[in-house]
Amino acid sequence: MNQDILVKAIDVTKNYGTFRALDKVSLEVARGEVSCIIGPSGSGKSTLLRCINLLERMDSGAIWVKDELIGYRRDGNNLHEISDAEISRQRQRIGMVFQRFNLFPHKTALENIIEGPVQVLGEPVKEARDRASALLERVGLADKANHYPSELSGGQQQRVAIARAMGMRPDLILFDEPTSALDPELVSEVLDVMRDLAASGMTMIVVTHELGFARNVANTVTFMETGKVVETGLASEVLSTPKSARTAEFIKAVRS
Amino acid sequence: MNVASLATQPADSKYEIAHLKLVPKRHIGRMIAAGVVLLLFAGLVRAFSVGQIEWSYVRDFLFAPAILAGLYNTLLMTVAAMGLGIVLGVVIAIMRISGNPVLSSIAIGYIWVFRGAPALLQLMLWFNLALIFPTLGIPGLFEFRTVDVMTPFVAAVLGLGISQGAYTSEVVRSGLLSVDSGQYEAARTIGMKQMMMLRRIVLPQAMRVMVPPVGNEVIGMVKLTSLASVIQYSEILHNAQIIYFANTRVLELLLVASFWYLLVVSVLSIGQHYIERYFGRGSKSIRSSM
Ligand SMILES: Nc1ncnc2c1ncn2[C@@H]1O[C@H](COP(=O)(O)OP(=O)(O)OP(=O)(O)O)[C@@H](O)[C@H]1O
Ligand SMILES: [Mg+2]
Repeated sequence: MNQDILVKAIDVTKNYGTFRALDKVSLEVARGEVSCIIGPSGSGKSTLLRCINLLERMDSGAIWVKDELIGYRRDGNNLHEISDAEISRQRQRIGMVFQRFNLFPHKTALENIIEGPVQVLGEPVKEARDRASALLERVGLADKANHYPSELSGGQQQRVAIARAMGMRPDLILFDEPTSALDPELVSEVLDVMRDLAASGMTMIVVTHELGFARNVANTVTFMETGKVVETGLASEVLSTPKSARTAEFIKAVRS
Repeated sequence: MNVASLATQPADSKYEIAHLKLVPKRHIGRMIAAGVVLLLFAGLVRAFSVGQIEWSYVRDFLFAPAILAGLYNTLLMTVAAMGLGIVLGVVIAIMRISGNPVLSSIAIGYIWVFRGAPALLQLMLWFNLALIFPTLGIPGLFEFRTVDVMTPFVAAVLGLGISQGAYTSEVVRSGLLSVDSGQYEAARTIGMKQMMMLRRIVLPQAMRVMVPPVGNEVIGMVKLTSLASVIQYSEILHNAQIIYFANTRVLELLLVASFWYLLVVSVLSIGQHYIERYFGRGSKSIRSSM
């Protein structure tokens, strides 16, 4: 496999009962790349992200992150489902930012960030706190370290959530519509943080309806519909001169 | 009407009301109710004072060594049985929602059996366990005669604690269910394993929902320990009974016991308030009311 490919998904299929949420979806993301996934509601974008970090189990297909098969261990001609402990270990390397932030409400901004490093990675508290303070500074919230999530605006909560994901020093961060739950005037402060993160070389897969962000920041854009990848390619090409009529239609609808 | 014309209104206009006198609303119903309650209360006090109660006995036995020892045993039993109930409740609730069919079947079976029989009956079953299992232990390694192990204390702790666990597990389960699924997912995405996620993220949030009903159950348990008197455990009611069998001052000693129960329950209620406040940290509704 190419040395530079960080995420490789091949023919990922996921069924909910008889409903096929993902239908042979393939995706490649190079290290340091920002890959945006766009598509109408119910097209399977969230499901794909959730398969990558094992919040859902796929029914067939395979995903590699950093050349490591996700969810399975290969042993000759057999694939073994890995243990819960192994799943947790694989997830440590994959950050996730949710639409609804999902900060821990009983912990302050700083405590939210150090929770993973201290409890999961076993980092000394002092070191974790220093690093968390630096991360809060980086997302522009140095003065909110001791605030509880309920005392922060949506945009501030989402920035803390991004800092929490970064605190685990992941290889990759998944974003599931990180600005969809925000008031319009708060969207840009979150996108700015993500742009900064992209510039620092973080590999990111971003499900979003912010086509401006996709155009300016993403390297590749993938358009999904009804569980299938309709079109994928360089961001400039897919967004400006889409090959598929459906992609063009969707882009036009989102813009207006 | 625009602002300019408002400003030029004469002072006696119908919109000028700042100088009028405010007459508060009369709560006639409340006053009548309060009067009735006071009358009834006065009647009650009179009944107690002219009734067949020797208040000097109440005063003398309030701090009698047997009563205080009984109080101590009541508190000890409350702590032990409720402790066992909470531990079992948490374990059973986690088993029930674990998604492991074996564990959740065991949990459902446990709740079914131990909620199905009166606590008093369970207590007596444990106390008489020797009739089914004359000895306990692992044959060859160690063995006890059941009657030696199954003291009134042990039987009461098991009987009360295990049946309490069935109820508490449902309280814990409702607490676990009250935590948003996004919290479970956020904990998983930072690489937490099941137990750490429950301990660090889910249970502390579930506590907010669990504390009021568990507080209720602790208070219930204080009084439920009186059941242990039937298997000769020396809790406060048992000791009060022993005294009034001897001196026939039934009502006086029951009042003594009531006093201590009421005192303990009051202290627990105050404690619950502070525990609720602690687990409500970070939550808006609690903060704004502090
Ligand atoms: N747990 C589930 N059980 C059953 N169906 C599900 C489940 N999760 C998702 N689905 C279905 O799978 C399809 C894809 O869902 P998904 O959340 O991936 O869409 P999406 O592209 O993220 O949409 P949106 O833009 O609304 O977030 C939807 O039709 C949804 O109803
Ligand atoms: Mg979605």
